[in-house]
Formats: sequence, structure tokens, C-alpha cells
Amino acid sequence: MFIWAFILTLITILTYAVVVVYAERKAAAFVQDRLGPMEVGPKGLLQTVADLLKLLQKEDILPTTSDKILFRLAPWLIFTAIFWGFTALPWVPGLVGSNLPSGIFMIFAVVSLDVMGLFMVGWGANNKYALFGAVRSIAQIISYEIPLGLCLLAVVVFTGTLNLQEIAQQQAIDSTFHSYLFGIRGIDVSAWGGIFTWNIIRFPILLPVAVVFFITTLAECNRAPFDIPEADSELVAGFHTEYSGFRFGMLFLSEYAMMLLVAILLVFLFFGAWSSPLPNIAGIQLFDWTSGTTGQWSSYAWSVFWLGSKAVLVIFWQIMLRWTFPRLRVDQLMHLCWKLFLPLSMLLVLASAIWKWFLIS
Amino acid sequence: MATKHSTYRTHFLIIIGSLLRALFLALKHFKSAIYRKKNLNIGDPSYFKQKDGVVTTRYPYESIPVPDNGRYRLHNEMEDCIVCDLCAKVCPVNCIAIDPIKSTVEIGKTSDGSTRRIYAATFDIDMAKCCYCGLCTTVCPTESLTMTKAYDYSEYDIRNMVYHFADLSPEESVVKRNDWDEAQLAKQAAKATVPVKEETATQTETVEIPTKPKAFIPKAMPQKVAIPVKKLEDEGIVTPERHAPETPKPEVAIPLQVIIPVKKIEPEHTTPTASITNETPKPRAVPPKIKIPLPKKKDDEAEKGEQPE
Repeated sequence: MFIWAFILTLITILTYAVVVVYAERKAAAFVQDRLGPMEVGPKGLLQTVADLLKLLQKEDILPTTSDKILFRLAPWLIFTAIFWGFTALPWVPGLVGSNLPSGIFMIFAVVSLDVMGLFMVGWGANNKYALFGAVRSIAQIISYEIPLGLCLLAVVVFTGTLNLQEIAQQQAIDSTFHSYLFGIRGIDVSAWGGIFTWNIIRFPILLPVAVVFFITTLAECNRAPFDIPEADSELVAGFHTEYSGFRFGMLFLSEYAMMLLVAILLVFLFFGAWSSPLPNIAGIQLFDWTSGTTGQWSSYAWSVFWLGSKAVLVIFWQIMLRWTFPRLRVDQLMHLCWKLFLPLSMLLVLASAIWKWFLIS
Repeated sequence: MATKHSTYRTHFLIIIGSLLRALFLALKHFKSAIYRKKNLNIGDPSYFKQKDGVVTTRYPYESIPVPDNGRYRLHNEMEDCIVCDLCAKVCPVNCIAIDPIKSTVEIGKTSDGSTRRIYAATFDIDMAKCCYCGLCTTVCPTESLTMTKAYDYSEYDIRNMVYHFADLSPEESVVKRNDWDEAQLAKQAAKATVPVKEETATQTETVEIPTKPKAFIPKAMPQKVAIPVKKLEDEGIVTPERHAPETPKPEVAIPLQVIIPVKKIEPEHTTPTASITNETPKPRAVPPKIKIPLPKKKDDEAEKGEQPE
């Protein structure tokens, strides 16, 4: 089964990267009243494919003064770290690379390895821009991992499990988990399903947690407005300045894979994973109709559809934020993390624990 | 440091608000990307009413219409060109090169009725030098030289930026030049032998020539040439009729110079006769000068306004 999960993950990441790069360029163009790629293929649909082919044909440059081992190893380490994070994500009910009891913790730990790879990139390239980019990147990612971890903790306090498979099933209708409307013990909505059993609705303290989580994951992905590690206007291309050809492609792919990873994680933790948003209310079994039969192909298809469309929505917002906001300054970045998100997420963990203790259990 | 902290705090909600506004603005533009702005000329009344939508003009496939009076690539309609050389003279960057060859016979008529008597062995316009001032088109008497709407004519080789409008091939131009030289020699020979017959011949030619300069000179004149020069021209043309018996020989040279360098050379030759025939040419020279500017400005009102004065 894990072989299937591996193949599915790999194919998903590759096709997703091709599609989302095109989507990002189009979205950027639309926000700026432009047309975006239009020449290659109908409406420029094959633009990314053409770019990818060009990228693979590029000369693979190994700078003379670089640390050859680190330089060669770093892209693999980064991609492996990100790909490793996908292993604990269940794509559909039952199909998961490794059904770990400590799934979230594993993802959190493994994705941190990304920082190691980034530093190898910056140090190995022996280029001042790359080193600047890597140092900034490390400072940013390590800082933002703390509020990120606290956000995860706030969710775990509520769900009571680290297993993503279980967290997903809790948010569907067939769980033994009791859900109350807006997190107050009164109306039991466990049988309604749909949007009412999403973590964010049945435990509203998770709403600010979701916001903080989303913003910190943007910083984790090195995406705008937190893209100072690769600030184009200051650092050429940041930590991957010296990379070309396939190695650059690996770094590029890792960044976009990271986007997908955090988007899916967001959906899993807050927005009902793969379950349908339509509830069973007043005798209309909308949730059942849009969920398929458990264990059958119909349920897999619906799961992929709901998970995919939710993840696409999250990625759309990631793209929109990138083309809306200017880059944060380093001091603003650190201020936001250490003086705002860190105390806020600590408070939120505390608040969710208190809420859980007094209002639900 | 303390001030910095306080600004961070006090501005927090404002920052959140402005971030949200920015996001809505971006979304608005994202949504309005389903519309596209039409490629209108700036003169179009609805030009400034198109506020939303994609602004891109996919140039090779579509283009913004150029205004009617836009100044782009020059074009010379050789059928209408009388090779008067005015355009080459007025050009501030000397991008027009003309090599005229006089014809022994009348070549034809232009579309506005002027007589064509000169071939252009070369009529080259170097669009790489052109500064698009449009002076050559305003000065052109027959309006054969115009600015077209073509603006996309980049070339890989700069030599291709020179546009050739000559109406003669190099071989033909050699032939025509020889024809003219032979005709001149024949004339001189005829004059030397039979002085009486030659007079009539020169008369007919010189009478025709003044009609040409008269037709177009007034348009070009006002800027550069003052009235006395005009008189001289007319005198130079007129004199042969009256003073032919007195000075037969110099007149032979006149028709050569009358046609091409109207302003420069004629006065020198005609000065001796100028003092004598001051009275007669005036009525001829003055009327065209007054008549022509009037219809250009205002039709009836201008005339009415000026007549009482």
C-alpha cells in the first residue's frame, strides 16, 4: 500500500508543480491587469512544460569554489525532507504512506530538516548572496517553527491524537468523536457531519489558530510576503543563486511541494480533511450523498475531490497574498514572529485547553 | 527603540485594515480580468470610460489604431512628384536625397494638374535618420510625399531603412541624362546658326516653365523667400519675351537654371534686367500670394474681414 501512496504522492507533486506554476503566473497577471502566458499552447497552457524542458536542458554548473559535496547533496536533502513530510498525509481514507500514531509530530520534525538543506545550499555555493539568503532563511524558518508548533499543539489539545488519519476521520460523520455546535456543549452535531464537524466550526478557538498557522506556514515556505530569503531585489535569487538546471529544478519543486504540504496540512487540521462540507440536516442527507460508500471507490473519489478542492483554495490564497503584499523587512519579520505570534499562539494553546476542559469534555 | 515599539502597537489595527483592503483590491482586479480593454484610439469618446479589465494589447495579433494625423513612415507617390527638391531642402536631418534629371519632353501631369518635367534618378528617404517632424509633407506642393500609418518596419540591416522611390532605373537615368545633354547641345548649335528661329523656341519653353513654379511656390515661399526674390524669378522668366533682341546669348542658359535651383541662381542672372522691368511683374507676383493663404484659414469670414481694411 505504501508503494501506491509513494507513487501517488510523487505524481501528485509533479503534476501539481506544473499546474500551479502556470496558475501562479496567470493569477499574478490577472491581479496586475495583464494576460500572463498566452503563446505556448492554447491560452499558454503549455508554458510551464516548455519552461521545464528548457530548465532540464540547462548546463549543470558546479561553481569552482563551491563545496562540491554540500552543493550536490543539498537539493536532494531538501526535496527528501519535504517529500518525507508527505508520507504521513493520508490522501484518501485508508491510503497513507505510514499510518503513524505521531503523524503531525513526524511531519513537523522532518520538515525542519529543510533548514539543514537550505544552509547546505547557502554554505556550499560559496556565494555571498546565497549565504545571505540561507542565513535569513534559517533565521526565519527556525523562528516561525515555534508559533507553528504551538498552533499544532492547540489542535492536538482538541483532537487528542497526533495521527492525521484519525484527525481526518474525527471530522467526518462516522467517528465516535462527539461534536457540539460552536464548541459549546448543547446541540450535538455529531450526526450532521459536513461543515459542522470541521474542527474550525465545532471548536471556534481554532479560527485564530488557523490564521496564525496559515501565516506561519507562508513563512515556512519562504513565500511572499515572507520571501526575504530569496528577495529578488536584494539577493539576486537568494540561497539558490548558484544553482542551475536539474538541481535548481529540485529546489524549485521543493518550494512548491512545501506549499502543497502546508495547504493539505491546513485542510486536515482545520477544514475537515477530505470530508464533504455539506451537512445532513432536516432529512436531506447531503453529507452522505457527497461522501460515497465507505471503503468503496466512490468514497475515494469524493475524498480526493474534497481534499483537492480545499487544498486548491488554500493555495489560491497563498498565491493571492504573494501578489498583494510587499515583502516584510527583517525586523518586521522578527517582530511579527517573536512579539506577536509567539505570545498569541501560547495564549491560544492555553485557551483551547481551557475551553476543551470546561465546555466540551 | 521605545518609539518603534509604540508605532508597531498603535498601528497594528490600521495595518490589518490596510492589508485587508489591499487583498480586496487584488481580488477585484483578479475578478475583472475576465474583461479586456478594447484597443481604442485615444480620440475615441469611450477611451477613458474603460476602467476595468486586462490592459494588455497582444501586439502582433492586434494593435491600437493610430490617429489619422499620426506621423510615421514616409511614402512618396512618384506619379505625383514633380521633383521640386523642396522636401530635401526643408529636411532638418537631411534624410532625403534627390538626384533630378530634366526631361526633354513633358513626362505627364500630376493628379493636381502640375506638369512633371523632371525625372528622379534617385529619390531616397533614409527612415533611420528621419526625425518624423513632417516638414517635408507640409512643404510638398503636390502632396505626393505623405506620412503613412505604417510604424512597424524595423530591419535587421540598417541599409534596408533607406527607401528608394526613384522612377528611373540606373540604365534609364543614363539614357535620359544623355538625352537632355544632347538636346541642350542641339539647341545651342541651332542658336548659333539661326538666331531668329531659336528665339521662338526659347520663348515657348520659358513661357511654360513659369506656370510650374507659380503653382507651387506660394505654399513654400512664406517661410523663407521674401517678395523681391519672387519678382526676380518672374522677371527672369518674363524678360526673354521682351528683351530677347537685346541680349540673346545669356538667355539660353536661363531655362537650365530656372527649373531646379529656383531661388539661388536666378537672381544673379536676372539682376541686370530687374531694374528695367520692375513695373510689369508686380501684378503677377502679388495676386497668388494673397489668394492662397486666405482659403486655407477661413473661407468667407477672412475675406470679409480683410476687405474693409
